[in-house]
Amino acid sequence: MTDPARPAVEVSGLCISVELPGGSSRPIVEDISFAIPKGEVLALIGESGSGKTTIALAMMGYSRFGGHISADCIRVGDMRIDQMDAAGLRRLRGSRVAYIAQSAAAAFNPSRTIIAQVIEPLTVHGLASPAAARQRAIDLFRELALPWPETIGDRYPHQVSGGQLQRLMAAMALITGPELVILDEPTTALDVTTQVEVLNVFKSALAKSGATAIYVSHDLAVVAQMADRIVVLKDGRIAEQGEAAAVLHQPQSDYAKTLLAASQPVERAAGPSRADSVLSVEAVHAGYGRIREGRAAMPVIADVSFELGKGQSLGVIGESGSGKSTLARVIAGLLPASAGTVRLGGETLAAGLAERSKEQLRRVQIVFQNADTALNPAQTVFDTLARPLAFYHGITGAAASDRVARLLETIQLDPALARRRTAELSGGQKQRVNLARALAAEPDVLLCDEVTSALDTVVGAAILELIDGLRRDLGIATVFISHDLSMVRAFCDEMLVLYAGQAVEMCAKEAFPGSAHHPYTDLLVASVPELDSAWLASRGGQPGPAMPEAQVTGELCRFLPRCPLVITGTCDRLPPPLITAPGQRVLCHRHGKAEPSDQEHLVTGASR
Amino acid sequence: MRWAASLPLSGRIGLALVVFWLLVAIAGPMIAPYPVGRFVDQEVFSPLTGQFWLGSDYLGRDVLSRLIWGARYTVMLAAGAAALAVLAGTSVALFAAIRGGWIDEFISRAMDTLISIPSKIFSLVLVAAFGSSLPLLLLIAALIYIPGNYRIARALAVNLAEMDFVAVARARGEGALHIAWREILPNMIHPLLADMGLRFVFVVLLLSGLSFLGLGVQPPYADLGSLVRENISGLAQGSSAILSPALAIASLTVGANLLIDALKPGGGH
Repeated sequence: MTDPARPAVEVSGLCISVELPGGSSRPIVEDISFAIPKGEVLALIGESGSGKTTIALAMMGYSRFGGHISADCIRVGDMRIDQMDAAGLRRLRGSRVAYIAQSAAAAFNPSRTIIAQVIEPLTVHGLASPAAARQRAIDLFRELALPWPETIGDRYPHQVSGGQLQRLMAAMALITGPELVILDEPTTALDVTTQVEVLNVFKSALAKSGATAIYVSHDLAVVAQMADRIVVLKDGRIAEQGEAAAVLHQPQSDYAKTLLAASQPVERAAGPSRADSVLSVEAVHAGYGRIREGRAAMPVIADVSFELGKGQSLGVIGESGSGKSTLARVIAGLLPASAGTVRLGGETLAAGLAERSKEQLRRVQIVFQNADTALNPAQTVFDTLARPLAFYHGITGAAASDRVARLLETIQLDPALARRRTAELSGGQKQRVNLARALAAEPDVLLCDEVTSALDTVVGAAILELIDGLRRDLGIATVFISHDLSMVRAFCDEMLVLYAGQAVEMCAKEAFPGSAHHPYTDLLVASVPELDSAWLASRGGQPGPAMPEAQVTGELCRFLPRCPLVITGTCDRLPPPLITAPGQRVLCHRHGKAEPSDQEHLVTGASR
Repeated sequence: MRWAASLPLSGRIGLALVVFWLLVAIAGPMIAPYPVGRFVDQEVFSPLTGQFWLGSDYLGRDVLSRLIWGARYTVMLAAGAAALAVLAGTSVALFAAIRGGWIDEFISRAMDTLISIPSKIFSLVLVAAFGSSLPLLLLIAALIYIPGNYRIARALAVNLAEMDFVAVARARGEGALHIAWREILPNMIHPLLADMGLRFVFVVLLLSGLSFLGLGVQPPYADLGSLVRENISGLAQGSSAILSPALAIASLTVGANLLIDALKPGGGH
């Protein structure tokens, strides 16, 4: 038991299979073996369906979908999980092996206070009195860098932010001092800026508790920060395993190489510069609720302007709630703008769908994020693609079959898939059909709303490649909406940074390196994890900016509560000026002051 | 056939019962051994014989023939009324869900008003006012079950109308009819079919109840409910004239219920 060389966690010959109707069984994961020395973090990576979560859950003796677990050995500390009965497993779960789920929002009970749920593992297993448990929870809250550690537990889950809730869930897992902690994609649902904070506190909390951990993720850069060892999974089997640095820098298997390549998009050459403007958005305001004097009751985007030429691409980035998707809906006419104009090749588009002509609608096509809901599951691929052909171009019959086949070829799908129902396709195939439907209209402008965020890295990279090729070949102007800065930087000619509905920066690709940016852009850039395992540590010194409790309204800078570079007396009194430099527009006071040498280029005011 | 084989045992029993009664209803006049109103037996409430397979009723008429005709009335009326209720309820629901706003609110509250009237009393009042006739019975039964179907169909349609594929269709410039008919309706067909089956059962029971009270199908014709009522005096003797129509109602409703339960929720074959 006390042998120091003995790993804390050991798994060998793990197989999990599900029974199919008819008595036969199908393996989900096969022949998994690994060992984790005490206090180290093992990462399980792979695409969805590769069995990551299934393996992680087997460490608690649990299997979803009624799967059957068989193994030569599953050992945590001195416990043989594979030999335990139901009562033994119940004693173990939550006390000696703890689990942190992907969506904390879904894992917390919304009708109970947070602290009651955080101390539950202690009270359920009878490990501490409620008062002692409460004190331990508060200590953990402090350790996890949560604000107001004494009182935050008395709130309800909807009263804290997503990043805080994820940390609170970590407190729930760590409170019993478990030997093994399973983290199942704990930061996937968070914004990059929040992700950094959460990763930081997870790392230090794990180190402090001395627990061994299994970290499930599809994101290599995140894994690089957290893991000591990496297991790469493919179709339920181990493709490669080893020390983190070795797997990340000298991958041996083809699959690990593909995965690495897909996670680092190669920068593309810029599109045609300053081509004729196709889409121009001027001072657009939009929101929900009753509209009075050009402002909605619940404003979402304020005063956003940009221009896009033929074959160019614009990346719109910002965190969730910044108004990225709303902007796309305004351009497409799904949400009428409360003020401002959208122009399409010189014509002014009406705000609402009903007043736009069919031809105008055809020229602007939107591709939604989630292909599962964007495709009608009751229709076949052919129905889906043939409808815009018939609707806009009047193409029916044999000509339509021809065109559908050609469209499927364009998006690199087998034309035989046309007869399938859309519900029967894989995630990547669905997203391709989703894209093909927009292409069928032969648009001038393509609005892509987070088209890859629901897809695996490798599949997502292929879709981006496809869109990039199409815009170059067909000259379609594209608007990429994304929260992924590295993707936007690789694929887009221009970048629009939204913060709380305002365009805080507009920057051309050429102007990006070297030039001074809005503090929020700097924060975004600094928050994108790199494949270097020292990245988080090097960044760890600076505390993440606190999330604002109150939203700034009125004319002041909206980034004020989070800005590390506030100029007292200026930022908290005057609205930020729009500063224009070659290829760049920034909404900030500091921009002008920080680089006096650039002063002559800067034009202050609202002129564009 | 493959679909039938994929059903669980209870579903297959239900399917068999429903198909059996449908066949009886359709082929009734051809297979009934005697005309429906003719007195053919000297005895009343005679037991099962080779001549009268299910015996005779309180006036000496052939029970089998009357049962076949009765099933015809019950099944046809119930199927017609259920189809009418689902057709009307779903059409109004789609309209309300797509239009939204005050139109949706107005229609929904009107349906709530209709649903708050007790169905039996409502039908009794209508029958008393206009006199019993087949078209009236059909309309009453349909009217009573429209709000229930409306509720279900609207809930489904409102959810579907929020889906991205509907937003895509709207952004494409499609009209309301296309969105309702091509985008939304195909995705709610399965729950709606299940609902229609349920309504069918309700209508069978409602009509049987009305006929038992003497307000349904009028003599000399009879549906299953009126067969039970007119032979009520045979109950003490355990006559087949009252047992067989009661069994018929039971097997028809139980069969339809079993079949509905076996249909997979959320569609898919």
